[in-house]
Amino acid sequence: MNHLFEFLLRQGDNALVLGHRMSEWCGHGPALEEDIALANTALDLIGQTRLWLELAGDVEGKGRDADALAYLRDAYDFRNLLLLEVPNKDFGHSILRQFLFDAFQVPWLTELSQSDDERVAQIAAKSHKEALYHLDRSAETVIALGDGTQQSNQRMQIALDYLWPYSGEAFADDETDVAMQEQGIAPLPSDIKEIWHDRVNAVLEKAQLQQPASDFAHKGGRNGACHTEHLGHMLATMQILQRSYPDAVW
Amino acid sequence: MLCGDMSHSKVTQEAPVFQLFASRPRSRGPFSGVLNEAIVWQWLEDVPDPEIPVISVVDLGVVREVTVDGIAVEITITPTYSGCPAMAVISKDIESALYAKGIDELSIKTQISPPWTTEWLSEKGRSRLERYGIAPPQPTGGPTHCPYCKSTEVEKVSQFGSTPCKAQWRCSDCLEPFEYFKCI
Repeated sequence: MNHLFEFLLRQGDNALVLGHRMSEWCGHGPALEEDIALANTALDLIGQTRLWLELAGDVEGKGRDADALAYLRDAYDFRNLLLLEVPNKDFGHSILRQFLFDAFQVPWLTELSQSDDERVAQIAAKSHKEALYHLDRSAETVIALGDGTQQSNQRMQIALDYLWPYSGEAFADDETDVAMQEQGIAPLPSDIKEIWHDRVNAVLEKAQLQQPASDFAHKGGRNGACHTEHLGHMLATMQILQRSYPDAVW
Repeated sequence: MLCGDMSHSKVTQEAPVFQLFASRPRSRGPFSGVLNEAIVWQWLEDVPDPEIPVISVVDLGVVREVTVDGIAVEITITPTYSGCPAMAVISKDIESALYAKGIDELSIKTQISPPWTTEWLSEKGRSRLERYGIAPPQPTGGPTHCPYCKSTEVEKVSQFGSTPCKAQWRCSDCLEPFEYFKCI
């Protein structure tokens, strides 16, 4: 297995799948400002996707570029976290998911920007600036909604109970992670679990939300073993143009 | 194979339904003066940012390097935000501007490291933004005052605005909403 390729797909697919989910909000945000914010976040993520998948294609060396990887792979070849592919529900649910991911992404990209692989370090440094901004906003909004009205608090708690079992997958190290650590490309994801946990807890506390007790984690997205049924549906929408009109260009 | 035919005719169609980019101006023939980096930088000063046309791509700080080798020009640009759609337009606008000056051998390289920062905005760019009604970036993370009435009573409306590089703010005195160029 080409571990570096695998690792790069994970970075790119996380950004792509969440970017697409966020883009689904375009025109449906609860307020104009929020709509714009969600679309901008999606745009940043899709921009980051291009950088990661372009490099993944180079590393693979089979002539696939970022577009080929994004539009012409099927669900079982995707390497994103399950957390990011579950469908949008209400606005609070999407913001909470974004927050759980941002809280991971900020320390993760901080580490990756020190990678021994200069290409990885460069993409991480660029993405990190954007992730910081996303985290500011998602954390602030989670607090505003959680510590808001009784109804908004309840809905955020429902969202948290639903999303929590998906949050542990990010820290489940496997052989690709070990290989990356050995090559000095990335730390083990489990190394940043504590930072993530502290940050998430601080925000949940301010938001008056109860962290679920169970640490059960759904897994199978980042190694492609078992995606949810939702990813295929999402890809059907996302990929339809390239699937129907192969090689169509903008 | 209706689908195949349709896609084929679309690819070969010469006049697009709408034009994303300004059409390429006619070249006045090969550039005949002495070509050097300084001249190219000067030309680039006249290429406006497509979304904030009061500042140039040089003021914005996206042009990192210009190298001239004989009649060949290489320009290195650094994207502002990784997903910013204006970047494609900026490349195209630079290409058109240089072509109009008679430069045929042009390559535009994208470089992501070091990542773009608002510190690269020129002083001229900052004051032009302010005059245009966009508060320039501040290290404190928010505008110091309203670009219209200069009041320091300002509040954030949203962290994101009409383009990836801006946020929405409002003045509590004159009540005007205004954009703030985010500091990254």
